[in-house]
Order: sequence, then structure tokens, then C-alpha cells
Amino acid sequence: MAPLLEVRNLTVAFDTPSGTVHAVNDVSYTLEEGETLGIVGESGSGKSVHALSMVGLIASPPGRVVAGEVLFQGRNLLTLPKRELFEVRGKEIGFVFQDPMTSLNPVLTIERQIAEPLRRHFGMSALAASNRVVELLELVGIPDAARRAKQYPHEFSGGMRQRVMIAIGISCNPKLLIADEATTALDVTVQAQILDLVRDLKRRIGTTVIWITHDMGVVAGLADTVQVMYGGRIMERGPVRPVFHDPRSAYTWGLLKSLPHGGKRGVTRLYQIPGNPPDLTKPPLGDPFAPRNQFATARCHTEVPPLLDVAGSTPGHKVAAWYDLRAELAGQAELTGQEGQP
Amino acid sequence: MSETKLSPQQTQPLVSVQNLSKIYGGEKRLLGGNVPALKAVNDVSFDVAPGETLGLVGESGSGKSTTGRVLLQLEAPTSGDILYKGQNITGLSKSLLKPYRRDMQIIFQDPYASLNPRMTVGEFVAEPLDVHGLGGNRSERQDRVAGLFKKVGLDPSFMKRYPHEFSGGQRQRVNIARAIALDPAFIVADEPITALDVSIQAQIVNLFQDLQDELGLAYLFIAHDLSMIRYLCHRVAVMLRGRIVEIGPCEAIFENPQHPYTQALLSAIPVPDPDIERDRKPMVFDVNANMPSETAVLQPLGGGHFVLGA
Repeated sequence: MAPLLEVRNLTVAFDTPSGTVHAVNDVSYTLEEGETLGIVGESGSGKSVHALSMVGLIASPPGRVVAGEVLFQGRNLLTLPKRELFEVRGKEIGFVFQDPMTSLNPVLTIERQIAEPLRRHFGMSALAASNRVVELLELVGIPDAARRAKQYPHEFSGGMRQRVMIAIGISCNPKLLIADEATTALDVTVQAQILDLVRDLKRRIGTTVIWITHDMGVVAGLADTVQVMYGGRIMERGPVRPVFHDPRSAYTWGLLKSLPHGGKRGVTRLYQIPGNPPDLTKPPLGDPFAPRNQFATARCHTEVPPLLDVAGSTPGHKVAAWYDLRAELAGQAELTGQEGQP
Repeated sequence: MSETKLSPQQTQPLVSVQNLSKIYGGEKRLLGGNVPALKAVNDVSFDVAPGETLGLVGESGSGKSTTGRVLLQLEAPTSGDILYKGQNITGLSKSLLKPYRRDMQIIFQDPYASLNPRMTVGEFVAEPLDVHGLGGNRSERQDRVAGLFKKVGLDPSFMKRYPHEFSGGQRQRVNIARAIALDPAFIVADEPITALDVSIQAQIVNLFQDLQDELGLAYLFIAHDLSMIRYLCHRVAVMLRGRIVEIGPCEAIFENPQHPYTQALLSAIPVPDPDIERDRKPMVFDVNANMPSETAVLQPLGGGHFVLGA
């Protein structure tokens, strides 16, 4: 079966006054139907930009897709006529963005905003759309949905607004739901409820999900596959278990190791990744993480490593690295007598 | 409730907050009626011992940031007292408060917004020295700022640069350098790592820890990242809708949480381990159905652990 989504060599740049920002560099991956892909990275990793550029949602100028193909059900979204892309967006690919405060229109009722794509994409009557809105609000766990539908965004709490955003995202039963830091602005208790809701929706309607976040914990709980991005590139990807338990990229390893893991100051000291994220107007020549990587080899600084299968690990586990992290850590453990695993 | 009851330490608290409240609104409207009153901080009491880190956690709107701001009198409290080394400093005039300002500093969440874009970072760090007339002559001032830069892990040659030339983590280091310029004893750190990249957060947390060890600083560390709070803090206070619902030693709060809100909060922390995450079932807590009652008071559980009664 052909994958639902296939991204091939996607490269995106922004022309800014201080130079060209190489935001996404040669990103390729596939996403199967029903799969949940967690994309982890920090600001400037290209995780959001790559998703937005797939469906023509980056401002152009300054942004431009330099190269690549994005095959969604076999059609290249990057060359699709605007009208057809419009059809795909919202109907076949739903979006949920980070900020529920600014993504909703304050002067329209919740009903109007959820009904809009339904009426546009399916030509639903006002009554049919209104009924569907109530159904959707119930689906995302908003109590008293019929009454709440007539209210305005300011009458909803942050968590409730994010539920509304998810309702809009799934309103047209999209094949693919892309959520970009959708729970970052929420309190942890509310985040837990939203994540439960997404898991529940996956079970019930089988949505394929791309969940973009900086939070390793969220990915651990939600994703089947995790993809770690840095400096506009994929550093590592694979099923969540091997990536979390046996990371092969020094960046993934460092991120996991820098988290407290229930530890206590005085007893343990947090591992810190040295240095700062790269300036993408002057991206490093080779591996973007090389300047911060204690295991970097000479080749890391001059040549970009390809994303290759990890020999002996779970199928699908891939890493872009010239160094062998496992061997390096084993060597370190021998020297210090300590376990190097996070 | 007496201040000594809330602190396990026998030493005199450095900072003591007693029955602090901050109410917004409530004024009379021009045409009858009152503006609805919001109790952002409602009868909050706690101590911070010298060299101690007290973590303050809670959801957005729980009043944790307001508590920090009112404690430093960046906003006037509606009622209650703030004691510094036993001295009541509530409502002091600007000039009388000035010496205390030296000792009590704040670090904000957003390292981008809190720097002055038109000032070199060196000038920005030196500014409090000038305000308090501690800069000395030019070379002394220069040396002091260079020393502060080194202390926070910045190259002193960066002094002449402007904020836009720095990354988020470096900017937060600049803010920290300014906050420690006057040799304070107490710092309110309001979500100081929230806006930073994940790969930078550990650097800044370690810096906070090193500065505490070196300078004996006490922190009120406001955050919503509970795993970082657990790592860094000696004691933790949990706020809900303006009230402290539970306070105690870090281990007691994390190992033996008593208030249903604390329990829900802890059950909701995502753990970066797929095996643990798959089976986790977060507890549901409906704040509106569980509003702390106005008459409830903190009940002692022993060992400095208190929970708000029904």
C-alpha cells in the first residue's frame, strides 16, 4: 500500500534582510495511514516550517520552497493548483495550531467558525452544519455543546478553545491531522486531557496524526514514530521505543539526558548540551549539531551525514551520524566506570 | 498561622509573606454596582529561608506570578505583610524601600522582552550598579561587569554587543547577570526557563544552582515544569485560584501529595519514556467543582507539610 504522505527532499528557505535562512534542508520521510508521527525539535529546527510549507501556508516572500516533493495520496501538493490545494487544506488535511487565543476569530460564534469549512467543502445546509457542529463539540468533550456553540471565543477557557480548534481540525474528517505545539500553551492537567482526546479520536476515527512539539514526554505518550529535527534536518527517526531507549544521535541522547528524570540536585547534576542552536543564515557545513557534539568527528564538520538505517536496531530506526554513539558511550563508560545511557 | 509553623528550618526566615492578598477590581462603577472583584492572591503565607529554593507551581491564572510581583512590591498588596529579615517592608515609600530593592531581585520569563534593545548588554548589566551608586570609577565598573559576565558563563568581550546578537539562553544569562549585580540575597525567578529551547534549559538550571551554591542566594522559583521544580527546589507550594492548597518539602509533595489538585497535577506530567507513558492514566480534576472554600485553612501533616483542609 502506498503511504498516505511522502515527503521527498523538502528544502525551504526564507530570504530575510540579514541573509537567507535555510530553515528546512533535504527532509524526506513517509507516513503510513493510521500512524502517529511525533516531530520533536527546538525553535529553528524546521519542524513547524516544514509542515506549513507542505500545504502552502508559509508567507511567500520571504519563504520559498527551494526543492522537493510532498506526495499526499500520490498527488504532489507543492505543484497543485491553488484551488485544489484549498480543497485539500481543511478537508483532507486538518490543522491545529499552538495559540488558541489568536487562531479563533473573536467576533464570530464558535458555531460559525466550525461550520465554515463544512459549508465550504461539503456544501452543507445551515441546519446540517449546525447539527454537525454540536456533534463535533460533543466529540471533543465540550459539555452542553448546543448552548456553547452559540457562544464567542472569549467565553471559552484556554483548554476549551483548544478543543474547539481540534474540532475545527477534524470537522471534515481529514485523512491527516497536523498539530503544531497544540498543547504547549496549556496547563499540564489540560494538556493531559487533550492528549487523551487525541488518542481517543485515533481509536474511533483512525486519523493519521503529525504531532509537532518540543516536549519529549508528550511524544513518548502519543506517537508511534518519533522524528527528531535540528537545524532544519532530521537527525534521527524511528519507532518510539528504540529512539527513547537506545538513541543513536548525540542530539537525541543529549536532549533525553538533560531532562531531570525525577532526579534531585545535589545528588545528580543535569547534563547540559554545550553551546547554542545554530544561526541558520550561516548553517554549519556538515552535521548541524557538530559544533555542540562532544562525539563529533572531523567528517561531521565538513560533510552532512545521510539518514541511514541503524544496523541491528528495530526496523525503521534511522540516524544521521558519522560517529557511532553506542561505541563512543561504551568507550566512555569504560573510562569512567559509569553508564552513559540517559 | 504563624510563620515558624510553615518552615522546617529553625533559622529566621529571609523572606516571610503573611496573609498576602491581591484583589483586582471591586471598585464602584460610575453608574452603580461594583466591578467584579478577582482575588488573584488570596491569603497566602509562606517563608523562604536563606539559601533555600521555594518552588511555586500552579496553572495559569493561579496567582503564582502575581504573588512574586506583590512580594517584591512591584504591585501593592491589597492586604497582608511582607517581612524581610524580620522587618516589615509592606507599603514603604520608594526611598525607604530602595535599600531592600538591592537585596531582592527578579528574573522574568521572556529573555527577549526584558532586555533593552538600544542598550549594550554591558550597560544593561551595569545599570543597577549606577542606580545604587555602586559602579565606582570607570575601570572598577568595567571590572565588576566583566566579573558578572564570567559568573554567568558569558565571555566578557560580549559586553559591547546588543541584545539582538544573542540567543535566548545567552540573553537569559544577561538577565541573570543584572539580577545578581547588586549582590542580592533573594531572587524571584518567574518562569525563567519556559521560553528557552529545550537544549538550553539544563544550562540555565545548572547556572541557578551554581549561583546559589556560590552566593548563598534564596529563590522563589515560579514554574509550571514540575520535573524541573522537583529537581531544583527544597520546598514546593502549589497554588490554585489564588490560594496555596499544599506546601511542604519537595519529597513530601512529590511522593505523598495530599490535595486532589496536587495529585492531578503530578499525574499529568508527561514522562519521556514510552513504556511509562503508555499505561499512564492522568487524573481528572475539575477546578470549578473543587474551588477551595473561603474558610479552609492549611492543616499541618508534620515535617513542614501542610494541606488546605476542606
